[in-house]
Amino acid sequence: MADIDIRQVAKRFGNHQALHAVNLTVADGEFVVLLGASGSGKTTLLRIVAGLEKASHGTVIIGGRRVDDLPPRRRGIAMVFQNYAVFPHMTVFDNIGFGLAMQKVPAAEIERRVRRVAELLHIEELLKRYSGQLSGGQRQRVAVARALAVEPAVLLMDEPLSNLDALLRLEMRAELKGVLQESRTTTIYVTHDQVEAMSLADRIAVMHEGRIVQAAPATEVYHHPATRFVGGFIGNPPMNFLPAEREGEGARVAGHLFRDAPAADAALLFGIRPEDLVPAGKGLAGRVRVVEPLGPHQLVTMDLAGHLFRVVLDNDLAVRPGETLTLAPRPGRVRWFDADSGVSLTQTTQPEPATGA
Amino acid sequence: MLRLASGEKVLSYVLILPASLFLAAFFFVPFVQVVVEAFTGEEGFTLAHFRTMADDWKFGPALANTLGLALVVVPVQITLALVMASLVTRLERGRDMVLYVFTIPLGISDLAAGLIWFALLEQNGFLNSILYGLGLISGPQNLLDYRNTAALFAAVVVAEVWRATAIVLVILVAGMGLIPKEYDEAAEVFGAGPLKRFFLITLPLLRPSLQTALILRTILAFEVFAVVAVLAGNNLPVLMGETYSWQFDLQDHKVASAYAIVILAISLAFTVFFLWALRDRTREAAA
Repeated sequence: MADIDIRQVAKRFGNHQALHAVNLTVADGEFVVLLGASGSGKTTLLRIVAGLEKASHGTVIIGGRRVDDLPPRRRGIAMVFQNYAVFPHMTVFDNIGFGLAMQKVPAAEIERRVRRVAELLHIEELLKRYSGQLSGGQRQRVAVARALAVEPAVLLMDEPLSNLDALLRLEMRAELKGVLQESRTTTIYVTHDQVEAMSLADRIAVMHEGRIVQAAPATEVYHHPATRFVGGFIGNPPMNFLPAEREGEGARVAGHLFRDAPAADAALLFGIRPEDLVPAGKGLAGRVRVVEPLGPHQLVTMDLAGHLFRVVLDNDLAVRPGETLTLAPRPGRVRWFDADSGVSLTQTTQPEPATGA
Repeated sequence: MLRLASGEKVLSYVLILPASLFLAAFFFVPFVQVVVEAFTGEEGFTLAHFRTMADDWKFGPALANTLGLALVVVPVQITLALVMASLVTRLERGRDMVLYVFTIPLGISDLAAGLIWFALLEQNGFLNSILYGLGLISGPQNLLDYRNTAALFAAVVVAEVWRATAIVLVILVAGMGLIPKEYDEAAEVFGAGPLKRFFLITLPLLRPSLQTALILRTILAFEVFAVVAVLAGNNLPVLMGETYSWQFDLQDHKVASAYAIVILAISLAFTVFFLWALRDRTREAAA
């Protein structure tokens, strides 16, 4: 068990700045997900914590110990790789016991611990098999078992579910959450899948172009995006954005006046989640273009003052293409952003923990 | 659909026809001729030529020297090539350049390689000049003395290692390139140091390439000829040299064919052995 402190970590590959002075702290036993598109630097950051990549600048502290000059095997970590990296020439048993054998743990103890984690992940019957005789999902379980067997202080996972098919991914996600909740191991988990991030994380660190743009619990990242990018990246369909004109104390958006715009010098951008709107007598009015029934809800795409605008509405509401629809935001759900920098101007419920510079 | 499939089948046979004809004309026909020569006399089937071969006083030493050279040269080459390949794959820059330099000896014929080493080692050669120049010896030493079989053997080993290690290197570098780097990283994360990673991960995963390299090098080692001829002449008889001498000096192609059959049999035996010893054991374990 250990906490992780990432301080001012930067990484440069030739002319490409993969990471810009990233700061992140992970508490003992916390599950932090690094979420970002490919190329956002999330895997690079994970590999720097693992010691598989050297930071160009900055420091990583694990359990109070600076690990920058330590090889991966001296950092007290375990890792699950994206393609599992289950050794093909060893049995499942030898794979899971590999880390323990390297630590010269007695054979009887290895046997005991391998059987215990194999049971935890329901792969007891596979112990004598080789990697080539396993399905993707089984290989994935072996990779997780191998990492848990060494009882690491820190567990690092690099897109562990991305190579599984959709159904298996859902199943493994729930199972992984159960197993990891029990072990309470400090975990950094990299993914590009926001649903995965939301379902697993104690805290999500959203990465964009080599920076952490927001690090907060899932609900806060969702309801109080720190920047326009986070609002657009998280949520499916994403947050709607509309330009706003200042008018006295308030701001005019697509013809409608909002009285409670923040008092800042910056040009304003109006943001709202598609499910945070209800039909109303007055408000934002636009022409309906497409209606998509999605089972419990319907997704309505409309043209609002020349901008594409998406709303998720109840199914019982009859909406037809071509109609004009007037919508009002639910109370307290409008978010204002600085139109130039994209930074949120709406007060979050709690102050932001340290984010990337 | 069926017609298309059968059409494709015919096409594939047509496409491999030239190669098959070439193999038949230049490998299979001479091979059959050699077998016929080796096993027939004036009254049909006979083992007389093999008896003549075995009774010759040079057969024993030739067999022993050939096997001995292969048993020394091949392990040395594999070990050296493994070390070199590990170094080359670790290079971040200039990797291709280093590989080209390492493989220069491959471009030199074995006869020329023999001559190069002869020029180095002979009585008035470079090595003698250097040692004399440094004052380490008082006069020219005969390093390739015909009475000193061990020295001749060692000279051939050195020349062969210099000449043909690069082919093993090329195969192993290619093989190492095929191993996903995550295996090495996983081993590193789970506590294996560099040596353990090499012996527990890289070496076992290199098995298919090692198998290829071993078979190729061993077969070529049994055909060692020109380097021995230049450095040791007749003083270090080898099977291939005896084949040559029976065929051209003694004009007895029957016995020469018998020698060729022996070389083929040894090569085959070793190939089968390597195929068996380095087979993929993970497939045969019952699930």
